[in-house]
Amino acid sequence: MSSEYLLEVEHLKQYFPVQQGFKKIPLKAVDDISFAIKPGETLGLVGESGCGKTTVGRSLLRLYQPTAGKITFEGEVLFDSENKIDVDMLPYRKKMQMVFQDPYSSLNPRMTVEDIIGEPLDVHHLYSTKAERREKVLSLMETVGLNAEHAMRYAHEFSGGQRQRIGIARALAVNPKFIVCDEAVSALDVSIQAQVINMFEELQEKLGVAYLFIAHDLLVVHHISDRIAVMYLGHMMEIADADELNDNPLHPYTLSLLSAVPIPDPETARHSKRIILEGDVPSPMHMPSGCPFRTRCRYATEKCAAEMPELTDRGNGHLVACWNR
Amino acid sequence: MQSDNTVYRRRQLLSSQIDLSKFNDKNFEKATEDEKRQQDVMGESTTFLKDGLRRLRKNPLAMGSICVLLLIVAIIIVAPHICPYSYSQIITVNGVRDKRATNLGPMEFSKLEMDYMEETGEKLFPHLLGTDSLGRDYFIRVIYGTRVSLSVGIVAAIMVLIIGLIYGSISGYFGGMVDMIMMRIVDVIYSLPDMLIIILLSVVLKETLQPAIAGTALAKLGTNMISIFIVFALLYWVGMARLIRGQILSIKNNEYVLAAKAIGTKDGRILRKHILPNCLSVIIITTALQVPSAIFTESYLSFLGLGVSAPLTSLGSLANDARGAMQSYPIRLVVPAIVICLIVLALNLLGDGLRDAFDSKLN
Repeated sequence: MSSEYLLEVEHLKQYFPVQQGFKKIPLKAVDDISFAIKPGETLGLVGESGCGKTTVGRSLLRLYQPTAGKITFEGEVLFDSENKIDVDMLPYRKKMQMVFQDPYSSLNPRMTVEDIIGEPLDVHHLYSTKAERREKVLSLMETVGLNAEHAMRYAHEFSGGQRQRIGIARALAVNPKFIVCDEAVSALDVSIQAQVINMFEELQEKLGVAYLFIAHDLLVVHHISDRIAVMYLGHMMEIADADELNDNPLHPYTLSLLSAVPIPDPETARHSKRIILEGDVPSPMHMPSGCPFRTRCRYATEKCAAEMPELTDRGNGHLVACWNR
Repeated sequence: MQSDNTVYRRRQLLSSQIDLSKFNDKNFEKATEDEKRQQDVMGESTTFLKDGLRRLRKNPLAMGSICVLLLIVAIIIVAPHICPYSYSQIITVNGVRDKRATNLGPMEFSKLEMDYMEETGEKLFPHLLGTDSLGRDYFIRVIYGTRVSLSVGIVAAIMVLIIGLIYGSISGYFGGMVDMIMMRIVDVIYSLPDMLIIILLSVVLKETLQPAIAGTALAKLGTNMISIFIVFALLYWVGMARLIRGQILSIKNNEYVLAAKAIGTKDGRILRKHILPNCLSVIIITTALQVPSAIFTESYLSFLGLGVSAPLTSLGSLANDARGAMQSYPIRLVVPAIVICLIVLALNLLGDGLRDAFDSKLN
């Protein structure tokens, strides 16, 4: 493949062994996922709770050891299960960072803000004097809109939005090219969400970082993303440009997700029809055969039970994994 | 922070909640500086330690215990310099060993001492608690006994802390197979009967240590004392190791540990900077409670005759010696018993106070 992409993920699998009696059964959190992200682009990743969005983000950063697949970053292979490539991640930690979901548990309660933001600088030896470290921390705090006098405070003295800014400043400290935003705004209330999202966009304009923006709120994802990927039970169902996906969703699962988005106008809302999915999400330990969505899909046929559909291009880079649409 | 740009974007995003297009700038009034200031809730920035100490200071029981402990420590440091007698020496008057100075009551002098004082007009230091059956000043023996007991308690607690901390953190942090094997070892040690092992070890170590430490500074401590330390180091760390492992297991699942890993922080630094500071409260409290338990163990080992070797003494062996003459000289049993009680009670109360002060999650 060409090096037009910053990050390429091919056939990523992440299984977790689960002890059941004496047997170990793999829990297929992520099963054969491929996607790519261009420099400075935002890829939104949506899906319901427990579908493996967070696991994708963490496997990318190699916080988990992937079961199989290939991860390429800036043309260099970080992990390849077939050719047994598994590089030391330390130099790449400077280029790939993560913003976490819960601003309350993602900051160490025993550290001051200065130490939290300064830690990546310590680890990667990015300063020579104490004064330089402080200067860098303060400029990072300014970037994310925190006051300099907050530097000596502890995380519990801040509000949720401010804490998330601290987490973002920590991720920015190493000047990364790619940031995984793992439900970075889900735990915040709506007005703070807007502030933080605007900040993400401003940072992208200024620093040219690429985001993998994981969320379950389609409105937010549509707002910030260039492209959106839809996941269900560890599988990729649909990838398309944000507007294309919004206007012309193909996969039945995407359709049902979009129909669940609240409509601001009550008049329109009254006339719109919600697609309500029946049944529960199957357990990732006992996946249905073929397409994982077939158990809840109204278009399901025998072919769906027999074989998992591949992601196929339906024009304009709109990829869908479905036999019927 | 709020530019026109952000207002526009927010309108897009918030459209599901409020239709901002229905409002214009006239509907809103800007907050004055005064009103803005009212929104600032600025508590004083405190560190973990300061916060804990502040709460500890409000606890009268804990502060009382600290005072009692400081008083005891001050007495055992100062008293030997003031009191002219030695813990191992029989009362000697004018170079003559006073054979009738045995079993004196509190503040009593022997005949020889009174004669001497009359003769020279010089005042001798009183025997505050009398003398024992060999004619040694009892007060100074209690002082030395307290010194030994306290130092056994503190040294043992520190040893338990160090071993338990290292073992527990490795086991808890790395988990999986490492944890499995390390914890099974702990289980084995846990299942051994303490007393039996202590007695066996004391006997065996006595034999083997004697030649090893002869002539060194350790010889003065005696083999029994050293074997007590070894016994503590071998047996009593398991509780601490389990406790710290449990703490680390729960703390390492926090997102800030994951964040540190994403930054590229090495395991050692994650343990030191992120995990251990967060179980500090439990470590402090357990260590504080370990001291009295070590003093207790030492006391009953001494009581059984397995403690420090004569002429050095500890509170436990003093009580043991006094047992024979319990009815004639009850004070010799009561005094060391009271001192043990005071120390153990004070340390337990202090441990409880520390737990209350530090264990409540940051608030």
